[in-house]
This record gives sequence, C-alpha cells and structure tokens, in this order.
Amino acid sequence: MLAKTNLKYESQKLAINYFTVAVVLFGAQLLMGLIAAAQYLFPSFLYGVFDFNISRMVHINAMVVWMLYAMIGSVYYLLPEESGKEVVGLKFGKIAFWVLTLAVTVVVLVYIFVQIGPADMKTIWFINEGREYIEAPRWADIGIVAVVLVFYYNVFATYQKGKKTGILNVLVADLFALAGLYLCGMFFTDNVSIDQYWWWWVIHLWVEATWEVFVGAIAGFALIKIINAKREIVEMWLWIEVLMLFGSGIMGLGHHYFWIGTPEYWWEIGALFSSLEPVPLVAMFVHVLYDWGREKGHSDAKGEKSPLRNSPAMAWLALNAIGNFLGAGIWGFFHTLPQVNIYTHGTQFTAAHGHLAFFGAYATILTGMIYIAIQGLVGIERVKMTTKTKLSIAFISLGVLGMTVALTIAGYEQTLVERADLGGGWDAYFIAQNLPWYVQAQGWRFAMGVVTFIGYILLVWDMLTINKAQKEGV
Amino acid sequence: MDDKKTSVWTSIRFWRRSAAWVTGMAVVLLMILTFDTMKQVRMGTDEELKHGIKRRVPSPTVINYHISYRYDENRGVEVPVIGKKELLFGKEYSPKEAQELLHLGKLTFQAKDCIDCHTILGNGSYYAPDLTKAWLDPKWNDGTMISMTDSKTKEEAMVKFLMNPKDYRTHERMMPNLGITKKEAMALVAFLKHTSAIDTNGFPRNFSQASRRLEGGTNAR
Repeated sequence: MLAKTNLKYESQKLAINYFTVAVVLFGAQLLMGLIAAAQYLFPSFLYGVFDFNISRMVHINAMVVWMLYAMIGSVYYLLPEESGKEVVGLKFGKIAFWVLTLAVTVVVLVYIFVQIGPADMKTIWFINEGREYIEAPRWADIGIVAVVLVFYYNVFATYQKGKKTGILNVLVADLFALAGLYLCGMFFTDNVSIDQYWWWWVIHLWVEATWEVFVGAIAGFALIKIINAKREIVEMWLWIEVLMLFGSGIMGLGHHYFWIGTPEYWWEIGALFSSLEPVPLVAMFVHVLYDWGREKGHSDAKGEKSPLRNSPAMAWLALNAIGNFLGAGIWGFFHTLPQVNIYTHGTQFTAAHGHLAFFGAYATILTGMIYIAIQGLVGIERVKMTTKTKLSIAFISLGVLGMTVALTIAGYEQTLVERADLGGGWDAYFIAQNLPWYVQAQGWRFAMGVVTFIGYILLVWDMLTINKAQKEGV
Repeated sequence: MDDKKTSVWTSIRFWRRSAAWVTGMAVVLLMILTFDTMKQVRMGTDEELKHGIKRRVPSPTVINYHISYRYDENRGVEVPVIGKKELLFGKEYSPKEAQELLHLGKLTFQAKDCIDCHTILGNGSYYAPDLTKAWLDPKWNDGTMISMTDSKTKEEAMVKFLMNPKDYRTHERMMPNLGITKKEAMALVAFLKHTSAIDTNGFPRNFSQASRRLEGGTNAR
C-alpha cells in the first residue's frame, strides 16, 4: 500500500484503513453475486455445499458492510478538514477499527462454514439471525453498536471542539439517527408482521432516508473539495435536500407496509410520500451539474485552466448524481404504487431496482471519496483520470446497467406470468422461472455481472497505480 | 447570505428551519401511525378467535381451524377466512401449546435462513416460491405432494418434505436438506398455517386461481 506521510491528519490515516477494507469487501460482494447469479442458471452449482441462501446472504452483507466501512472512512477523512481540528479520542477509534474488522471476519467465516443452526436462540446469538440483510448474529450486533458508539464519540467530540459547518451540522444529526435505527433490528418476535414492521425501520430508514442525507452531505464536501464550489450555495442546497429527503423518505416507509399485515391506510400514505422520493434525487442531480457548470464558467471566463482538481472523483460524483436519480428514483417509482406493487412485490423487479439503486446512490459516491483520499495520500494538487480510470468506469457502469435491464426484463416476465396471469404459488412460480425469456434474462445478468467484475479489477488496479501515473504525467 | 436582507429563497436559515420542521413533523406522524399499527397487528387471543372477532394477525390457536382465502366484495381484495375446526396433526392445541409451537416455528424459519431463498409476506429472496400462503398452495391440496411423499394428510406431507426435500424433487432447482428435525418441521408447518391466516390486504392477488384453472399451464409458455 502507499505510504501515508502526505496526509495531514491522523484520522485521515485511519480513513485509509477503512477504505482498504471497503474495497476488499466490495470484491467479495461481486464474487458472491457471481456465484448466486450462476446458481440461477445452474442450480446444481455448489448445491448442498454453498447454497444460494448463503451466497446471496454474503453477497448483500458484504455490500452493506463495505458501504458502512467506506462511509465511516469518509467521515474520518473529511471531519478534520471541515472542523479544522484533529479528531478527538482517535486512539479509541483505531482500536474500534480492529475490533470491527475482527468481528466482521468472524461473522463471515461462520456464515461460510457453519451457515445455519438448529432452532434455538443460540443460533440467533452466535450463527445467523435469519433476517434478510441484517443476518449478523446478536453478539455481532452488540459489537457493532459498541464500535459505532466509539465512532460517534469521535465525531461528536470533534464537532463540539471545532468549526461547525453546515455540512457537519447535517452529518452529526444524520449519523445519530443512522446509528440509533440499527437498534430497531435487534429483537426476536413470534409475530412476523411486527418483525417486518421494525425490520423496515432499519432497512428503509437507512437506505431511503439517512444514507441518502449522508450522500448529500459528502457530495457537498466533495464539490467544495474538487471544484472549489461556493460553500454557501452547497450548504443551502444541502438543507433543501435534507428537507425533501426526510420529508418524503421518512413517511415513504409506508410503501413497505402494503402487504405485511399492517392496515390499509398505508396504501395512500406509502403511495403519496414514496412518489415524492425521486424529487430530491432530481434536485441533487441538478445541484451537482449546476455547480460544476458554474465553476467551469467562472474559470473559463477568467481564462484559467479547468476547475477540476480530481477528475476521477468528479466522474464518480457525476455518476452518483445520475445513478441515484435513475436507480433509486426512476426504478423505485416503477413499482412503488400499491396498484402496481401488488403484482411486482417480491419479484426480480425488486432485484433490478436494488442493483441500480445501491450502485447509483452509494457505490459511486463512496468510490469518489476513495479517489479524494488517494489524492490526499499522494499529496498533489491535481489528479487526472488514467485510461484505467475511464475503462473501469465504463465497465462497471455498463455492467450494472446491463444487470439492471436484464433483471427488469426478468421481473416483467415474472410479474405478468407468475402474478398477473397465474396468481402466484408454487407452480406459477416455477412456470415463470422456466420461461425462455426469463432464463435468457438471467443469462444476461450473469454476463453483465462478469463485465462488472472486470471493471472492479480495473478499478482496484487504478487505485493502486494512479499516484505513480500522476507523477509520471498522464 | 445569512445576514443580508435578501430573498427568503436564498436564505440558509430559512431552509435549515424548514428542514428541521418538516423532518420533525414526519417523525411525529410516523410515531402516531406506529402506535396505531402496533395496536392493529398485535397477535389476537384465543378468546377473540372463539368469538369471531377478526384480527389482522390472529391468535396462534388459529392452527386448530380451517383457513381459506376468499375475495371480499366490500374490500375488493382477497382476505383469509377462518372456518370450522380443522385439527393440525390430528390434535387440538391449547393456547399455550399453540403459542410454543408458533414460537419454535418462527425460530426455525430464522435459524435455517429460509428468507435468503424464499419470500414471506413478499419480502426476502426470489430464488424460491413465496411462503405467505404456502399452507393454501394447490400443490399441497390437490394431492400432488401428498401422494409423492406417500402421506395421509398435507401436514404430514409438508413435514416429510421439509425434513428431506432432496428426496421429493419437483424442479431442477430444489431445496437443500437443512437438517430440519421432525419437531422443527412440525413447528414450521404451524408457523406457515398461522401466516396464511394473516390479513395481507389481498397479497398475493388471485392466489393460484389461474394456475388451478389452466391446470398449471399458461399461454405464455
């Protein structure tokens, strides 16, 4: 790895550790995704050894964890620069990093080698909680809470001591909600409706509210950092985004309460608020492009060179702006109305939306933050794209978009045939799974997964070598 | 921009306050609705069930009754209908026994990580059929699985299948053996029977209607 001597702050060195683990787990996510995609095509692949439920579980858990790592890394990176102070109590933060990484390793090894257990609370405590996305056993939940408390102490104490910028105001409040929400997923109940009600508090209020606000905040930081955008404009937009994201996203939770046993009034509430959810995503898209154009206009008028100080980071940020709108906004809106959702709920439609949304909204901007950290690591004024940067962006974007389109087609087939035509159930399910167009779509999904993986290899290669390329001159 | 008397639309203070108010109101509204929803989805009691009081999530003792899923003219969706007594495993469970069985069933459902292949209430993974109304699935009721597993009742067929899914293959993609014991399998069946009695506002729609009518076929094939 690169020497960390150019970084001004200790907490930025810790950020590099978080980013490193994040990139490794990103790779694990893609590998597991490839296994799961292959199992759709060849059901006997690893059957009885490493079944679909395990590959799928590790696929998504690796993603959630790498994103959390990259988010924590981003905060440790920007916090001293924003506040003007070294992070307070960082030695605890460093210990917390190793504790968390050890815990994640143990959890993953248990997932892979133990997988499931007998129907006993011991399984819930030590092997697998069996609740989608937050399968981590209870002991790990408690460990995660402890680590997050240390992290939050770092953030809050530094915030108290240093400059309180608008970006930090938003981040400190948002991280509090984000951390607190995790507690809603840490109990067992016999009532499956109540189970799913609170489970959605963690899942939805993370990815459709607090994570989105987090993205708004770090996008603001990145804009100031990369193109020297005017802080007042960035922060004013940020508050508007918070208003719209929380205004639509919190009650948008209702779109998960259509069919889980909860009352019918959630139809209207969920439909109304979740229909508004794309609005802030349009705003974020406009904001990024507006600021970019504005700064470029200024420098052009003055006859200066481009305002871009880190073109790989800017490329990922622009990709975030469009991807978030497309994946979370458009693909989410597709199936958010109850009249549509009664047929699409629990089909490949959801998988299509999930792939583009998580990539567009989160993977992109976090990759951009990693490039900003690499710039700090190298300690140079300007970072320019290399051929590998461009190729990795092209491969990954094409791959994820391809998977999304393929899964959308699979979802359409499944919705029309299994649900609308046949009404669901065992036979209806398998009839739809075996439709030629459905199978073809799954084939394309696998192929596009491979394209994404090639892009990932190029991305890692670029991250490791871009500093050398800059020194030699691109 | 903070101090100067400019338009309110470019005032950071205005937007910050608006963001705080809107977020606060959304949280309050969510809290209020959460209290109401919790009241409506708490598990019903045996007394309520005996007196025909409908609960969105009925008492665990609903496993002692016949359950069907029928179109409701007033609501415009299908709803679970609880009928006459229909014993499970030839036994009538007391409220306490039913509660314990349901508890073990839910625990098995989580311990075996069912959710990472199946969906339930439509949430989960999409690699295997949705289990919301599995108890009512024609596959268990039309004799297919009963004769395949050489059983007398559908609950017996379900238990045999769950303990050894590999032996009763219906498609190339099949369920792996998960080391489910007989006790766990019986509890899972009770859990699924109870789940089929949850009022899901009509999800899944027209459950298995057409596949029954077309005898498992579709023109899309």
